[in-house]
Amino acid sequence: MNIVLRLAWRNLWRHSRRTWLTIGAMVFSNTLLVFMISLQFGMYGLMINNTLQVFSGHMQIQAPGYKDDQKMRQVVPAVQPLASRMRSELQSDAIAARGWAFGLASSEERSYGIGIYGVEPAFEPRVSNIPGLIKQGRYLEQNDAMEIVIGTMLARNLRIGVGDELTLLGTGLDGSFAAAVVIVAGIFDSGVKEIDRNIAEMPLAAFQEVFYMDGAGHQVVITAPELDQAGVLQARVEADLSGNDELVVHGWEILQPGVKQAIQADMSSAFFMYGILVILVAFSVLNTQLMSVLERTHEFGITMALGLKPGRLGRLVMLETAMMGFIGLLLGAIAGALFTTWFTFNGFSYPGMEEMVANFNLPGRVYPRATLLTMFAGPLVVFLFTLAAAVYPALRLHKLHPVEAMRTN
Amino acid sequence: MHMFVVLCRLAWRYLWRNHRRTIVMLSAIAVGTWAMIFMTALTRGMVDQMIVDGISVIPGHVQIHDPEYLDDPSVNNRIALGDAELATRFGDAGFEAWAGRVRVPAVVTSERESRGVTLLGIDPEAERSFSFVDYDAVDGRFLEGMDDKGVVLGAKLADTLETRVGKRVVLMSQDPENEIADRGFRVVGLFHAEMEVTEEAYAFVGKHTAQSMLRIGDTVTEVVFLGDDYRNVEPVYNKVVGLVDDSVKVSRWTEVDTYLGTMMGMMDGFMLIWVIVIFLALSFGLVNTLVMAVFERIREIGLMLALGMKPAMILGQIIIESMMLLAVGLFIGDVLAWVTIKPLEGGIDISAVAKGMEMFGASSVLYPNLSMDDVVLTNVVVMILGFLASLSPAWRASRYEPVEAITKV
Repeated sequence: MNIVLRLAWRNLWRHSRRTWLTIGAMVFSNTLLVFMISLQFGMYGLMINNTLQVFSGHMQIQAPGYKDDQKMRQVVPAVQPLASRMRSELQSDAIAARGWAFGLASSEERSYGIGIYGVEPAFEPRVSNIPGLIKQGRYLEQNDAMEIVIGTMLARNLRIGVGDELTLLGTGLDGSFAAAVVIVAGIFDSGVKEIDRNIAEMPLAAFQEVFYMDGAGHQVVITAPELDQAGVLQARVEADLSGNDELVVHGWEILQPGVKQAIQADMSSAFFMYGILVILVAFSVLNTQLMSVLERTHEFGITMALGLKPGRLGRLVMLETAMMGFIGLLLGAIAGALFTTWFTFNGFSYPGMEEMVANFNLPGRVYPRATLLTMFAGPLVVFLFTLAAAVYPALRLHKLHPVEAMRTN
Repeated sequence: MHMFVVLCRLAWRYLWRNHRRTIVMLSAIAVGTWAMIFMTALTRGMVDQMIVDGISVIPGHVQIHDPEYLDDPSVNNRIALGDAELATRFGDAGFEAWAGRVRVPAVVTSERESRGVTLLGIDPEAERSFSFVDYDAVDGRFLEGMDDKGVVLGAKLADTLETRVGKRVVLMSQDPENEIADRGFRVVGLFHAEMEVTEEAYAFVGKHTAQSMLRIGDTVTEVVFLGDDYRNVEPVYNKVVGLVDDSVKVSRWTEVDTYLGTMMGMMDGFMLIWVIVIFLALSFGLVNTLVMAVFERIREIGLMLALGMKPAMILGQIIIESMMLLAVGLFIGDVLAWVTIKPLEGGIDISAVAKGMEMFGASSVLYPNLSMDDVVLTNVVVMILGFLASLSPAWRASRYEPVEAITKV
């Protein structure tokens, strides 16, 4: 082993208790960082996916202004032909046309105002998870059947079940009175109150007939195989529609600005906390290395008198710090990964979490997963700050005068 | 007593013998304390604001409903008591404020659009003190009495409906026989709220007007009661329970809005965890400092013991040293927190992530709340934990064999 390395290693263990305490601070922070970052990014991923897979998809083609106002007359004309053209051009089935209207749904006993989607029964299951959440009856089948699927809470509040009739009242595209009687084909349970209470879906062709849509709809939903391919896909859709002022393509960040901003808001408070943890570790290291340099003043004086350059001694101090930091990094990353993995299998939850996170479409128990990135991102930052903290003690050596230094005991 | 003064003086002098180490440790404690208090003030401010806003929308601290109403908010599940009966029961019971109101889901239709809203039939005078609408800040005017024939909508909803003050809209709901109950209203005012979702959700009409439209005589669906402190609603709750029988369900606001209720409980837990985490990160440095401080003066300690000082005195002196270090660090941190939070109390604009904050249920201006209780709790927790952390090094120091200690180099 290189003599400098051996020297640094031995110096490190001169005060083994102090070294372990400093490493302990690193391991503590690193473990927390690995766990928190794994949990946080796991939650963000869930939040995005859970939100997008309900209705928004990764992108939508809409009329300009529709996303803000959702007005009936901001339509995508000939929406089904557009969707099928997109399907063949992008060679993907995860593209579906929709219409949306607001109406009053009345059963024998109750009336509630609800949002009604007109969907393509053949393609909707590829862009939304609602069709897969049918708990009773079945999902829509024929594109022109006068039937509807509704949420569990709406069904309970309206006091109806599969096979019962529901009367819809609303306003058609031309402003005229729209009314229809539809049969409940199925009941879905998404677990999100707002959706289960307020949303219904019916076949697009039937929807267009009831609301006098004349072949128009309000959105074409497109979902990429993975979220990170959405950008490329969106560019292709945009290129395809360029020159058409009547239609715009919105990515998920625009469709669901809340999700992205909630993540940003959460991230900034999380990074504040991480920053504080890292700074406290850095102080701990600074203290230790300062002590270790000061107590060796006498010894450093001798070695300098023997001809060792202060720069070399400084590098020795940095090397000691790096060794200590590396042990902290390794132990912290491993401890953090083990800690996180325990929750990967058992799930992480706390009392009240279910109420807290329901606003973000998250379940009451999450399963964080440690990846290489989440395992090392935090500890590496801690390592860098550890090195930075040792710079001051190392630079102090340059001010050392060998003779004076030797005189201190 | 005299002994204590001597020990304190000793401890203070020891602290400054190695001033660099003490300053580094003080900085760490100060930064840690600052972070604890700063973060707590921000979160406390956000949660307080959320709860105050949230309660004003609920509104009231305690409400009574028909037992079925919260699950099925229909006009069929109204309270069977008439206005006169309510007035004799609650009128002279000494509540801060109380009001009977009609609250049912409805559909509002303009000539352009339809949307779902919550129809509120209210007594504007009774609710003036706790309504989330500032009556004087309404565009147009607010309702002038229970027989007012107008409707007040949220500004955002009016935008979507393409209506404005002076135009007419139709409100549709159901009567107890499930006949469609509808009525035309002139829009007399538009209210503004912190969050867009609130502006989209409510339509205010006069209580008597609502009762006659819904054909429910002089009954209401809920009665709301206000106490003087939302943190302690038990007095109001108990008073209300004493005045009603089993035919209605009495709920605290924490039960009406479980998200907010959970938030309030969570806030204190979060704060304590944050303080403990920061302290643990600090504790490694603290223990390290004490260990070093003891190590440097083993010979002195040995000498003192040999001269007849009791081990308990050594123990006490080291603990006093640690407490002094913490107290000074805490003081600096407290001052730092005060200095940084005070200028921010006018509110921090975070409207860049407004949509995200809406998901949390928070508004886009953050008002930090530096509460004395939080500051005291933080300081006390740190002192107690600090005391526990310094026990081990202090104990070791007091157990030295005098002869061994003196001869140690």
